[in-house]
Amino acid sequence: MSTPEAALYENSFFVEGGNFDTAGSVSSQIKALLKHMRLPNDVVRRAALVTYESEINIVSYADHGRIYLKVTSDYVMIEAIDKGQGIADIELAMQEGYSTATDKIREMGFGAGMGLCNIRNFSDFFRITSDVGKGTHLKMVIKIDKLFDGI
Amino acid sequence: MATLGEIVAALDLKVRSGEDKMGTEVHGGYTGDLLSDVMAGSKEGDLWITRQTHQNIVAVASLKDHAGIILAGGAEPAADTLEKAKREGIPILVSNRSAFETAGMLFEMISSQKTGRSG
Repeated sequence: MSTPEAALYENSFFVEGGNFDTAGSVSSQIKALLKHMRLPNDVVRRAALVTYESEINIVSYADHGRIYLKVTSDYVMIEAIDKGQGIADIELAMQEGYSTATDKIREMGFGAGMGLCNIRNFSDFFRITSDVGKGTHLKMVIKIDKLFDGI
Repeated sequence: MATLGEIVAALDLKVRSGEDKMGTEVHGGYTGDLLSDVMAGSKEGDLWITRQTHQNIVAVASLKDHAGIILAGGAEPAADTLEKAKREGIPILVSNRSAFETAGMLFEMISSQKTGRSG
């Protein structure tokens, strides 16, 4: 097991709730950054996907939130922390197909109840915690070195 | 494999953006209107067939490195979608056929021209 390494890159990005026009822009920025850092394509793609789903969740359900990005030589860590309604039953929210999305959100092709499943399936480590009425915290890690087990 | 330009000609598509990308080689496609399904299931270089016309389709296509988007059923991109697609260099093509017919023709075309590539 390797020792935790210092961040090569660290930043955070603001996400506005309810604004579907700009939804996805933070994910695009993060993808461009990771690509620029010459991380493996597979890592960039999975990081972009989990970031996108997290961003859409903030836009769909929260007042606002921040997405934190940390890159070390071993992993990419993405955290999405929002202020909003939170999730009462996480187990239910994790079920594929379950969604509390409004018709407006569903009409745009979001709210299919797949977002959290995608995040779980495409990250190497995923943790979700939530406080009803306060907000939700997602933490996702994508390993760069497949053998790395330090998380 | 076929180029975007060959697909545009064969399927009678209207090019709304990405005119300079007609030489892009297309190896596969994906059909879907649920964005999370497209995020999970589509692959880099796919041509994505959808009925969604709002600007988030550009973000999805860009994040997934799609070759382009075909709007099926004659759907036209919203004005801000088109603007964003032009800015990000994502080809948007309009098909007057249904998603079913469009996908069938695209599949036929790509698989018949496939040379030694599976999947």
